[in-house]
Amino acid sequence: MEPAEIVQHSGGVIGVSWLTIVLPLLGAAILLLGGRRSDRWGHFLGVAMSLASFVVAALVFFELLGLGADQRRRLVQLYEFLPAGTVDVKLGLLLDPLSISFALLITGVGSLIHIYSIGYMAHDPDRRRFFAYLNLFVAAMLLLVLSDNYLGLYIGWEGVGLASYLLIGFWQHKPSAAAAAKKAFVVNRVGDMGLALGIFVIFTTFGTLSFGPIFSHASQASQGTLTLIGLALLVGACGKSAQLPLQSWLLDAMEGPTPVSALIHAATMVTAGVYLVVRSGAIFEGAPTAQLVVTIVGVATLLAGAIIGTAKDDIKKALAGSTMSQIGYMMLAAGLGPVGYAFAIAHLIAHGFFKASMFLGAGSVMHAMNDEVDMRKYGGLASVMKITWITFGLGYLAIIGFPLLSGYWTKDGIIETAMEHNAILGWLAVAGAGITGFYMSRVFFMTFHGERRWDKDAHPHESPAVMTWPLIILSIGSVFGGAFLIAGNRFMEFLAPAVGRPEEMPSFQPFSLTGLVTLALVAVGVVYAWLKYGRSAVPAVAPRGSFLTVFARRDLYGDALNEALFMRPGQWLTRLAVFFDNRGVDGLVNGLAALIGGTSGRLRRVQTGFVRSYALSIFFGAALLVGAWFVVGNL
Amino acid sequence: MLATAVLGAPTPIPSPTIEYGQLAPMLLVFGAAIVGVLVEAFTPKYLRKSIQMPITVLSLIGAFALTVWEGFQGVRNAAAMGAVAVDGPSLFIWGAILLLAVVSVLLINDDDQFVAQAAAVPGSAEEDQAISQGGAHTEIYPLVLFAVGGMMLFPASNDLLIMFVALEVMSLPLYLLCGLARRRRLLSQEAAMKYFLLGAFSSAFFLYGTALLYGFAGTVDLGGIEKALGTVGGQDSLLYMGAGMLGVGLLFKIGAAPFQAWKPDVYQGAPTPITALMASGTLIAAFGALLRVFWVALGNLDAQWTPVLWAVAILTMVVGAILAITQTDIKRMLAYSSIAHTGFLLTAVVATGKEAQNAGALAGILFYLVAYGFATVGAFAVVTMIRDAGGEAGHLSRWAGLGKRSPVLAGIFALFLLAFAGIPLTSGFFGKYAVFAAAVAGGAVQLVIVGVVTSAMAAFFYVRVIVLMFFSDPAPEGPTIAVPSMGTAAVVTVSAAATVVLGVFPQPVLDLAHTAAQSLFVR
Repeated sequence: MEPAEIVQHSGGVIGVSWLTIVLPLLGAAILLLGGRRSDRWGHFLGVAMSLASFVVAALVFFELLGLGADQRRRLVQLYEFLPAGTVDVKLGLLLDPLSISFALLITGVGSLIHIYSIGYMAHDPDRRRFFAYLNLFVAAMLLLVLSDNYLGLYIGWEGVGLASYLLIGFWQHKPSAAAAAKKAFVVNRVGDMGLALGIFVIFTTFGTLSFGPIFSHASQASQGTLTLIGLALLVGACGKSAQLPLQSWLLDAMEGPTPVSALIHAATMVTAGVYLVVRSGAIFEGAPTAQLVVTIVGVATLLAGAIIGTAKDDIKKALAGSTMSQIGYMMLAAGLGPVGYAFAIAHLIAHGFFKASMFLGAGSVMHAMNDEVDMRKYGGLASVMKITWITFGLGYLAIIGFPLLSGYWTKDGIIETAMEHNAILGWLAVAGAGITGFYMSRVFFMTFHGERRWDKDAHPHESPAVMTWPLIILSIGSVFGGAFLIAGNRFMEFLAPAVGRPEEMPSFQPFSLTGLVTLALVAVGVVYAWLKYGRSAVPAVAPRGSFLTVFARRDLYGDALNEALFMRPGQWLTRLAVFFDNRGVDGLVNGLAALIGGTSGRLRRVQTGFVRSYALSIFFGAALLVGAWFVVGNL
Repeated sequence: MLATAVLGAPTPIPSPTIEYGQLAPMLLVFGAAIVGVLVEAFTPKYLRKSIQMPITVLSLIGAFALTVWEGFQGVRNAAAMGAVAVDGPSLFIWGAILLLAVVSVLLINDDDQFVAQAAAVPGSAEEDQAISQGGAHTEIYPLVLFAVGGMMLFPASNDLLIMFVALEVMSLPLYLLCGLARRRRLLSQEAAMKYFLLGAFSSAFFLYGTALLYGFAGTVDLGGIEKALGTVGGQDSLLYMGAGMLGVGLLFKIGAAPFQAWKPDVYQGAPTPITALMASGTLIAAFGALLRVFWVALGNLDAQWTPVLWAVAILTMVVGAILAITQTDIKRMLAYSSIAHTGFLLTAVVATGKEAQNAGALAGILFYLVAYGFATVGAFAVVTMIRDAGGEAGHLSRWAGLGKRSPVLAGIFALFLLAFAGIPLTSGFFGKYAVFAAAVAGGAVQLVIVGVVTSAMAAFFYVRVIVLMFFSDPAPEGPTIAVPSMGTAAVVTVSAAATVVLGVFPQPVLDLAHTAAQSLFVR
């Protein structure tokens, strides 16, 4: 079934839904412009703006629920830039089940991260600036998901890129943080270029950037065009969502403060690519090749991320690998058409909860361990940090797909759907789930169990309430979220007006062959991890490891590949370009400028200041004019 | 008795019908001007300013209200026995001129812009005395009103003689006003003299052209000339000479090359508030008249005048943009910028030669004129605020580092410059877009290419000033920034707001211009 019609809307909470974007933006503006004056209350303002934005989003959500299912796509027109002629540039918001799901996730989880940051950043002299950037991040992400057109989406997209740059490099006094921020920015530029190209092709093909007309006319465009658009959009999605081959920034991005990692990984940024693919579903459905590429990218990334995760000793990097992998699952689902969309978004939301809970848990551990991130120096923390242990544990169980927890419902849905679609994709996804079981257990056991391998001056303690409460709330979401969304196809029905209803609603099979095999593999992974990292001693220095371990530890040689393929040739190219610019282009430009300047200087002398010469010039001008008229008239 | 028998019954001269209601905006302005003259004659000196100022502003606002009212009535008529065309374009132009005049009068009202006693020799003891006594010429108010009245009549005249009269009514007060600057009086008087001589010279062209066209068509009525073009044969020399000379007179007023020489000298010498009035109001009025002559009277002759105006448009854009680059005086630079903008506007006039009924081009020109008018008044208003010991700090080097000393003022000036350069989200972008789009639609692609290239050149000297203001170190003894009077502050604020609003929400004004242009010119 096709998605529902988009209806113009005015009035009600939906009419003021722009507040969700404006409030955090205002917060960012006040905090950035307010300067040191706002240091004392800045973090409270940041939290308040984020929470207010969440409240508005929730009210909009309930107002949408109050409407009939086929009435739930509301367009709020905000601004028309140039309504004349063929150029049609409007800015509006599209409130539909898809966008509001994202808005709730962004503002909800985002607010919890804001609250947590009050405690986490308490001793940072620049806490106000940090909250300003967080607000900016949330606002940009909301603009991205709420816009009713690709232009607004692009503005939000770039805003997210900017905010992530600022936050990853927040501790810019550390060279590694500055470099990581730059890397994230540059890699994202590659993706942005793809998105921009896709948008250009969309504009030349459809003559508009608004979602409504584009998607309703998508079937009339040629398959080649749609494939081109789809692939270009996919490049954009790969950049933001850290999919192969644009994944390299994500692991380095751990240089930012931990709440930033949580925000990037759970609620914003990396989900943008999935949103883009799902939102542009009408285009991808007309381009099977592009869809196939999406699924391949998804599967490749989910395996790559999982493999990288197995070899990392830095707790945040291990979690980052898992994010790559989980986003890979979502991409895979997003490439499977309407059946997959609901699972992709459901997994995204569930992931938002358990990944935020784990990242913030990792932050809590680091907070306790003097900002130590090496898991080889953790161990046995379960007894000293009860709340962190339990909440992190619940997130861990959710991500590996422990029966009845969030991940079990959503990930299993993706695997089953992939299996129906293509057995190879399906089995690779199952393998990924097994590896997930291993590396997540490794993280969990190395951190919370086994012997204590702490540094001498480490005195771990539980974090303050302002940090633990968000953890508790998030872990509740990671326990029940999946069941709430998937059981009875609740989320699928909710999302249907926005992304279209699949021809056949999937029914959840708890004991399908695929499900059982997946569970068995996960169990094997957990047990192996327990034997290796829980029961036996963990060496303080990482052993050299096999060829495979080194391969994973080096991020699958992604950086080396980039360096050899792009960076060095790129450097040569820039040197060449600079050479040509200095010799050729500059010469031309300077010559031209000198020519114009010289002409100007010479012509200036005609302006003598003598009225008689002016009159003479008028006289000759008139003679020329009349003469020309005669010539033209007698032609 | 005898006389009756000899001459027959006297044929009664029919008394002309005049639609006073439709001409009310103009009549109000002229009436207020006459009242202003009476005030000069019959009230004591110390009271005059406080009487003149309200009369001027209220009459202009009243005339604007009447214009709006007529706009709502949808008046479209050749009034006063066909001599004055009250139609959509006229009403739009009236509204624009009146608004800009109100704004300019707020600038003019500022003290110490105008000479204390015009008759005193510059630098003499008499002048010092006049200054110390606080002398002021309140005649400027009625003079401005007469000029504004002329500006309103000029683009609305439907026959060439009325148009000539309007031209003189508009110009004579301006010649005078140009010579009344308080500082650098010799420069100001020289400007007035030059403007007068050259203006008279070009008026002669205009009048001679009118005479020749009368010889060709047997009428000075614009519609009549249009009809004669199809019927009269064998008089082409008269026609070409007449039309060409008429064109010279009009092109002089808009400052198109090669008739642009007066502009920089006059803009620089005149008191800045008067420069603002001329750069906005006179340009709008003259463009209206030019369009009416070329599109109505000579509409069927477009095959002949299109190539000629092509050349003029290209020359104007190039001369304006190139010469602006080496200017060192801010007012001269703005004058050359005005010449370049005249060229941009001409592209739309030329392009519609093929199809004189093109309302889109007309709407584009009207919008451009309003957008440019507000930006230019605002820019000159800022110029009045940057002062040296000897008056305004005209030399560009004095503007260095202004952004550090007065960021708000420099920011606003940068906004006007960006609007002149046609940067999106300022009014200038839509103006330029509209006229260039019209030119492309009219098939003048080459002209638009020249326009875009010269725009790029023009952007250089606009941005150079921005760079100078924000990225140079301030001069050690930089100019003082005058605390603006209420009036000047209002002018700057209104102009900046108009520039932004027309850039962000252009639609209402664009719609208005389209509605006004829809019915084109009444015959």
